[in-house]
Amino acid sequence: MEPQTIVPITVGEVVQKAEQAKKDGCRLVLISCTKIDETFEIIYTYEKDLKLTNYRITVKQDDEIPSISGIYWGSFVYENEIHDLYGIHVKGINIDFKGTFYKTAIKHPFSVTITKEGDA
Amino acid sequence: MTKQITVPFGPQHPVLPEPLHLDLVLEDEKVVDVIPTIGYVHRGLEKLVEKREYTEYVFIAERICGICSFIHSQTYVQGIEQIMGLEIPERAEYLRTIWGEYSRLHSHLLWLGLFADSMGFESVFMNAWRLREHILDDLESTTGGRVIQGVCKVGGVRKDVAPEKLDEMLKGLKNLEHELNELNNVFLFDQSMKHRLKGIGKLSSEDAYQLGAVGPTARGSGLAIDIRETGYGAFGKINFRPVVEHGGDSYARCAVRAKEMFTSIDIIEQCIKKIPDGPVDMKVTGAPDGEYFSRTEQPRGEVIHYIKGNGKKNLVRHRVRTPTFTNIPPLVTLLKGCELADVPVIVLSIDPCIGCAER
Repeated sequence: MEPQTIVPITVGEVVQKAEQAKKDGCRLVLISCTKIDETFEIIYTYEKDLKLTNYRITVKQDDEIPSISGIYWGSFVYENEIHDLYGIHVKGINIDFKGTFYKTAIKHPFSVTITKEGDA
Repeated sequence: MTKQITVPFGPQHPVLPEPLHLDLVLEDEKVVDVIPTIGYVHRGLEKLVEKREYTEYVFIAERICGICSFIHSQTYVQGIEQIMGLEIPERAEYLRTIWGEYSRLHSHLLWLGLFADSMGFESVFMNAWRLREHILDDLESTTGGRVIQGVCKVGGVRKDVAPEKLDEMLKGLKNLEHELNELNNVFLFDQSMKHRLKGIGKLSSEDAYQLGAVGPTARGSGLAIDIRETGYGAFGKINFRPVVEHGGDSYARCAVRAKEMFTSIDIIEQCIKKIPDGPVDMKVTGAPDGEYFSRTEQPRGEVIHYIKGNGKKNLVRHRVRTPTFTNIPPLVTLLKGCELADVPVIVLSIDPCIGCAER
């Protein structure tokens, strides 16, 4: 099995790392979000020649993260998903569904909005 | 400027087995823009890691999809085993590989039937599903389940397959190969099919790569992306080459799947010939503490299970990125510029699995 590492970066480095990945000929594999206590870990995964490169940022609920859709056009599916399911604002998505990408009948349990009384 | 109108495609549509909504922006009959929407069957399965122990969760991971069920469970347990540093018995690796390729065969045959049916090619539809029954019969007789096999576990597999049964499967595959050949000849070389598929829904190699296309959608555009080449399961000991077509159109994507079925048969045959004797599972103690991106090649392409544990029985996170999810941006691109009448065929040419995509 392939060895894997996840490199921690800052929010300010997200776009720069995406540009570098694109320049290196990597494809965007996924953007993943995990809620750990009161923070969110967002991992950007790129791949070239079957080798994964992972970058992790840790953000709080009110933080805004930049979109990389200007570099990887297809990232809008991941960024809208992160917004819809976790309530994290992503700035500058090329196709911004503004919370309607996932048409769930009730707010997703991952979403912070569900925890506000009467919001469901 | 021609007046633009928006036509909703789905979520209920005769060619869609599952709900996917596309807003098609048209100028006359030409699609100029596409806005996809999902979420109709979002079940929040990933959230259940908080309520089920990591060993029990295998059954939930398998139920993410009714087609790629086995490969979902395989990907999940593979990630857990990697975090825990488990070296499972070699025979279990071979059995997983065999069942994984059987899953690919039944998925591609299911797709072939649905695709042919969407174009009114009823004889191909019926014959594809007739052949699929043989695959499902073998899955059922070796695992106990046709759709949900429930045979993967952390540390190996739950069932062994007797040598006599493996020989019987080999004979069955020989017959299947012969019949598949006949079916593919009808499907791929029929003039109507070529007329309907060639040059329709083109995706360049560069676009496929930049948009994150995987599986037959990528390989139909000339990209040799196949996660089986990482050598997971028994693939490291098997000789095979990914099927790649360079047309980039709907016909190329169909041809990839049609030809891949023969690759799967070959892989299964190699596995049956090489499978070693020995146990099929091992005792597992403790709980995963760490994180891993487990990857396998599903019938529709690369699937990723991100698993994060903290040494307790319940995982912290399980996130699944399915091939259909990452094939949505390429779908949007290849629909732009097509005729409205071609939309159903193009959508089915990526073999969307919405159940998978939404988890």
